[in-house]
Amino acid sequence: MAKVLVVTSGKGGVGKTTSSAALGAALAHGGDKVVVIDFDVGLRNLDLVMGAERRVVFDLINVVQGDAKLNQALIRDKRLENLSLLPASQTRDKDALTEEGVARVLDELRQKFDWIICDSPAGIERGATMAMRHADVAVVVTNPEVSSVRDSDRIIGLLDSKTERAEKGERIEKHLLLTRYDPARAERGEMLKVEDVLEILSIPLIGIIPESEEVLRASNVGSPVTLNNPASAPGRAYFDAVRRLKGETVELTVPTDKKGLFGKLFGRRAA
Amino acid sequence: MNLLSFFNRRTSAPVARERLQILLAHERGIVGGKPDLVAQLREEILAVVRRHVMVEQDNVQVKMNRDADISTLEIEVEIPGPAEIRI
Repeated sequence: MAKVLVVTSGKGGVGKTTSSAALGAALAHGGDKVVVIDFDVGLRNLDLVMGAERRVVFDLINVVQGDAKLNQALIRDKRLENLSLLPASQTRDKDALTEEGVARVLDELRQKFDWIICDSPAGIERGATMAMRHADVAVVVTNPEVSSVRDSDRIIGLLDSKTERAEKGERIEKHLLLTRYDPARAERGEMLKVEDVLEILSIPLIGIIPESEEVLRASNVGSPVTLNNPASAPGRAYFDAVRRLKGETVELTVPTDKKGLFGKLFGRRAA
Repeated sequence: MNLLSFFNRRTSAPVARERLQILLAHERGIVGGKPDLVAQLREEILAVVRRHVMVEQDNVQVKMNRDADISTLEIEVEIPGPAEIRI
């Protein structure tokens, strides 16, 4: 049974695209068939983060408008054959995304894939609402920082009111993914702690991704951090998040890049 | 981790720089003098093919690779049997 997962946040620059690529690659690494869709029409970047920017032929808008078949627009990852990318258009604007068109594309993708990951644009406009519209599961990416938490709260409200599931009175599964977390600063009282953010947003935590230079290194070379360096702190944190997403119980820790201190520095359970 | 991969790990920024230069050259139209010449060629070649032959969209495979020195556009059109060709 295919699952549509939206990666969203409201605020820009918190790590939606990084997380979409990393989660998609980690799920595909485990053998699932995964497609990652870029909904940021006009400002696409998922292709660049996944290293496929030179191979984009057709895009989501071409498929929505019937100018190209889905198979022509899907770009298969060169490292993982069960990972595909559906890029956004760089030249069109978000109004080209029609609700029926998006629904049709997602229905077709449901036949072919186990996971359909929708990388939402920032904001709460059409691109973002279209990305979340048909989702079964939402991953809300949040930084431990006031404006990000506030925007996440707003997005959680939209997930509970504007999605298809919400309108049908069904539950949409929501998870918090805390990114760019620095346990040392949180401990010193310079950064919101995990439990602060959890208390405010009160949705279950799916993972804590530590601030790490590995994330920039991976995007520099166009490879999801879970493929570029799976043993790195963010790599392990994303793999743990994927295990939780699939229903496993995994102890919540913040992995660290420091040698010899395998992520046990800050082990704690969360809601 | 061998020495080579250790060395490579430290030099990801030049890779980023090169990838961006190639990508932006295509997006700004520096390569070929028009914004994304390769994409435009794709559209026009397909239009010409369709003018002569009824081609199902499923029977057209397009691949592109935009590179610094050379870009490739690969169009594979499955042309139907003689009975179906319009003249």
